[in-house]
Amino acid sequence: MVQDLIDELGRLPGIGPKSAQRIAFHLLQADPADVQRLTEVLTVVREKVRFCETCFNVAEAEQCRICLDPRREATQICVVEDPKDVIALERTREFRGRYHVLGGAISPIDGVGPDDLRITELMRRLADGAVEEIILATNPNLTGEATAAYLARLLSTMGLRVTRLASGLPVGGDLEYADEVTLGRAFEGRRLLDA
Amino acid sequence: MVGMSLYRDAAIVLRTHKLGEADRIVTLLGRSKGKVRAVAKGVRRTRSRFGARLEPGMVVDVQCYEGRSLDTVTQAESLAPYGDQIARDYAAWTAASAMLETADRLTEEREPITAQFTLLAGGLSALAAGQHDSSLLLDSYLVRAVSVAGWAPTFDACAGCGAPGPHRAFNLASGGAVCSSCRPPGSAAPRPETFTLLGALLVGDWSTASTSDDRTRQEASGLVSAYVQWHLERGVRSLRLVDRTADTAAVREGTR
Repeated sequence: MVQDLIDELGRLPGIGPKSAQRIAFHLLQADPADVQRLTEVLTVVREKVRFCETCFNVAEAEQCRICLDPRREATQICVVEDPKDVIALERTREFRGRYHVLGGAISPIDGVGPDDLRITELMRRLADGAVEEIILATNPNLTGEATAAYLARLLSTMGLRVTRLASGLPVGGDLEYADEVTLGRAFEGRRLLDA
Repeated sequence: MVGMSLYRDAAIVLRTHKLGEADRIVTLLGRSKGKVRAVAKGVRRTRSRFGARLEPGMVVDVQCYEGRSLDTVTQAESLAPYGDQIARDYAAWTAASAMLETADRLTEEREPITAQFTLLAGGLSALAAGQHDSSLLLDSYLVRAVSVAGWAPTFDACAGCGAPGPHRAFNLASGGAVCSSCRPPGSAAPRPETFTLLGALLVGDWSTASTSDDRTRQEASGLVSAYVQWHLERGVRSLRLVDRTADTAAVREGTR
């Protein structure tokens, strides 16, 4: 039974056999109430959490809390690859609009094309004309850039403001350590400073 | 690190796979080393010093140490950031993906083939420059890549008996154009213009290739895809997703 637990834990992402063994023995020695709480949370999450019908973020009802919140701007949609990206962007507290989760990025080499992402659903959301700006926040890697290029081309005829998250230098770093691609992007996206 | 073998090579990043929390396995086509797979540690973190350089389509000067199954990247300097330029144009990106996947399939690990490296670098460079239709560039790359691999097609003389062309039939298994005597059942019958275009793509005659019409390009692309996949004995996944519609007109009008 203990080996079964180690094997199951070892199937989780980022957990190797050693870590699985350590977690398994930790659970065996932990307070039974703590373990009970963990099992209950796992069961509830698996049963109740699903994808939002509008934006495909994780949700506990038909719609996620962001789509249900009337204070969020309905005129801006931020397009991301995964629900994890929504969490990262929400941490910034900068964005007050809504999201659309594509479910990945276009990667021909992995057999993932536009039809495999939730692009049709995005276009359906834009049909009523309420949205004024689409912010493309796909990952700043090449599949993310290509996906953004595809979406920009698709959206160009709809009269929307299409923007892309800025790429550039990380805050707190030294210029000399930046690679050419990042530095080049930082130059492209430089902004005017108000005196 | 004692006894570990360090090496340095110019390489093209063919593809990447996620590994663990923040690492990647990168498949590199090295000029001297041939194809190698190496672990690039921490490159998925935004503060990574060489993450941007190890993306598909980038040409890098890379330093690795050899491992038993996987090498480890210790340094990477950019030689040509083609991938970054190509990813801004969706049609070019899909064509580049098909080039990279084909190069991956045509090469074996640790078997140096400088000609494949040079050809791929040239193809990516041309895509990044955007001087020709990306679909034509891809087809030209594909026929030349299979030729370098030893499966050169013929688009003029008969692949069976060598009789001078032009001929009316095309057969994958025979190796290209076939005369009426050598023509096996089930051979395709492309239009003469398609044979002309295919010949031009094989030798890089861009003045002829760029004057071809859409129907001819479409027929040539179909034959090239079928020829490559027949020799590779497996489908090239990226070929299904190549965007062959978007930029033909734009390139012809000089707007790209």
